[in-house]
Amino acid sequence: MKIMPQLAMVMNLDKCIGCHTCSVTCKQAWTNRSGVEYAWFNNVETRPGQGYPRRYEDQQRWKGGWTLTKRGRLTLRSGSRLTRLLNIFANPDLPTVADYYEPWTYDYQNLVSAPAMDTTPVARPTSLITGEDTAVTWGPNWDDDLGGGPEHLGGDPVLATLSEQVKLEFERTFMFYLPRICEHCLNPSCAASCPSGAIYKRSEDGIVLVDQDRCRGWRQCVTGCPYKKIYFNHRTGKAEKCTFCYPRVEVGIPTVCAETCVGRLRYIGVVLYDADAVLAAASVPEEKDLYPAQLGVFLNPHDPRVVAQAERAGISQEWIEAAQASPVYQLIVNYQVALPLHPEYRTMPMVWYVPPLSPVVDALAGTGHDGEDAGNLFGAIDTLRIPVEYLAELFTAGDVGPVRAALQRLAAMRAHMRRVNLGEPVAPEIAESVRLTPKEIEAMYRLLAIAKYEHRYVIPSAAGSDAHRLDALATGCSLGSEGGPGMTAFDAMDDKFHLTDTNGAAAPANKARRINLLNWDGKSTNGLFAPAPETHGSPR
Amino acid sequence: MTRLLWVTVPYLAFTSLLLGHIWRYRHDQFGWTTRSSQLYERRLLRWGSPLFHFGLLAVLGGHVLGIAVPASWTAALGVSEHAYHLLSVSVGTLSGLATLAGLGILLYRRSTVPAVRKATTSIDKVMYLLLTAALGTGMLNTVGSNLIGGGYDYRATVSPWFRSLFTLHPHPELMAATPISFQIHNLVVLTLLAIWPYTRLVHVFSAPLGYLTRPYIVYRSRGPARPGAHRYARAWEASAPPPARR
Ligand code: SF4
Ligand code: SF4
Repeated sequence: MKIMPQLAMVMNLDKCIGCHTCSVTCKQAWTNRSGVEYAWFNNVETRPGQGYPRRYEDQQRWKGGWTLTKRGRLTLRSGSRLTRLLNIFANPDLPTVADYYEPWTYDYQNLVSAPAMDTTPVARPTSLITGEDTAVTWGPNWDDDLGGGPEHLGGDPVLATLSEQVKLEFERTFMFYLPRICEHCLNPSCAASCPSGAIYKRSEDGIVLVDQDRCRGWRQCVTGCPYKKIYFNHRTGKAEKCTFCYPRVEVGIPTVCAETCVGRLRYIGVVLYDADAVLAAASVPEEKDLYPAQLGVFLNPHDPRVVAQAERAGISQEWIEAAQASPVYQLIVNYQVALPLHPEYRTMPMVWYVPPLSPVVDALAGTGHDGEDAGNLFGAIDTLRIPVEYLAELFTAGDVGPVRAALQRLAAMRAHMRRVNLGEPVAPEIAESVRLTPKEIEAMYRLLAIAKYEHRYVIPSAAGSDAHRLDALATGCSLGSEGGPGMTAFDAMDDKFHLTDTNGAAAPANKARRINLLNWDGKSTNGLFAPAPETHGSPR
Repeated sequence: MTRLLWVTVPYLAFTSLLLGHIWRYRHDQFGWTTRSSQLYERRLLRWGSPLFHFGLLAVLGGHVLGIAVPASWTAALGVSEHAYHLLSVSVGTLSGLATLAGLGILLYRRSTVPAVRKATTSIDKVMYLLLTAALGTGMLNTVGSNLIGGGYDYRATVSPWFRSLFTLHPHPELMAATPISFQIHNLVVLTLLAIWPYTRLVHVFSAPLGYLTRPYIVYRSRGPARPGAHRYARAWEASAPPPARR
């Protein structure tokens, strides 16, 4: 076992109003330069929608992320190392500026320098790439708020995976915003596809960076990243990406995008993980098992064995305490409401999302029902298949179980807190139905709704992490045999939520289908393969 | 004149090539890049670039074979002069044509796609000119003198002259006797070598072969901040910390 700390983020999508403040402030801070005019380290896209760059989720086309070979080994979807090198002169899977959008400015000078005329002078758009006049036909958020209608929405690759009927109905059903930054993955395919080895993951905090001095402009990383969060600076000829604002987090303050978010929907905190377990977890055969497999990589910072091991690995007290107080860990593990974005890309992303309950509430309210009544909400989550299935395609590789469970917990929180606010007697069974106590639900409410700055951002300063470097010797694990059960986030959650139910509280029979690789002794295949189909047949 | 052209000029070019690369590597890591323009345009590049690059690799291999390996060695291996000639002319012509076609497509792309044209610097233009001239004269030598003109055995003149440069006992008279097209070709290539380190061509020397063997994911420690390392030493001086207050 090799414990590493990772700075991670969770975004609560229920609170995103799609104002793009995060995108604009990030741009002002980092990409307000020539060569990266088209680049948005942070972008906000309306879902359903094509996203930015257009249809980036269509990995048949863009070949991002990892895939498994026939023999089950993890390999880049864009091909082996040799294939990548042979394609180095012309990368067949590289988006061009047109796939993002052609950046433009306006000829403002004309407004003041035009001679006196009958008509008002106009500022014509000029391309920032060629400097010539241009027609603005696409932008980084062109289909914002479902703009463009079905014509553009039909291009959403996630929607394409849902059934025909869903496609026809979705327009009346829901819409939400998805802010995206680099995922600072545990298994970054951008780094793996860099021929020069210029992209690296920092061992102190897990931030993925491009060494501008070592990048040689081979542009393979742009293809490698399935989230298309590496941008090629066409002036300098070097790759650039979100830096997780490392100069800020190193001194303990949040990233620009988080700091300026008006909805206060972002959380930043430390997660401890086992770097040696990443490869196995990213290689599980079933895509739907990737989410639990990643949970199996996170370590429980409250487990004394983990703490001891972390100390031995040179992780400072400040960082261990930050991991224990991490809002990110709480949302992912303690309340199980945060989910990874597209785990099926197998990069083990580290920016997670609380799925939005509001489409469900809106749909309920629209039909004249009480959108905050627990019974109504629970029923709606089950009957409003479309948003739930769509969210599952985004967050759990199509497994509706965890999405439904997260939404149920949010629904329970609403119902419970309404009773509290109205002074009605609390009904403990609401909390219990989602395997939480009333106390926990109230704590979760505080974290999601009214948490103060220092609770949303628990960022230890970098100075404290220097000890990590001094002690590389002790990282070989002596507790390996003692480790295993009980140490990971997966185990912690399994105890509490019976995580293995795909169906909230309903389907314990599925438990055997889940793999906990950390428990696997390599000898028996028991639990590695799904049992023969049961007679009543679950939908999976 | 002979000495100037075939001793001084080559040594100057080699010096510039060597020292230029060392200087640039130490002071301009940030500028060391392919400066790919694929972001602007994909379709033409998809054809032009592989044709050009793979063709050029073959041409380079041919040159190594023809210049570095003395005729006596190939003869010792039992390859007759005729067989060698046939091979070098046919493969040379094919790879030369591929390179030329690739270069043609790339030049067309450079001049017609507005974004690519705008991204072309003056040193790029000089480089393209020299590349085209080198390829053109090279093709002239291969096709012109060998296919049509009845053959010219450069392995008796050009190659020994080139090798003699490295023995530090150069034989400029060997070059002086060669046909003019060979002389021009050599001068063009020497100029290209001389400006090489100051162009995008530096990317050749960072061909990422290590990729085949390194682990997929690179971990790196933050490391202590080191302002004032020589990379930026010329560009700016780190400001002195303010005097401590009591
Ligand atoms: S999301 Fe970030 S870390 Fe992950 S592959 Fe893309 S650029 Fe790399
Ligand atoms: S973390 Fe910093 S660089 Fe990354 S998207 Fe947010 S503001 Fe931009």
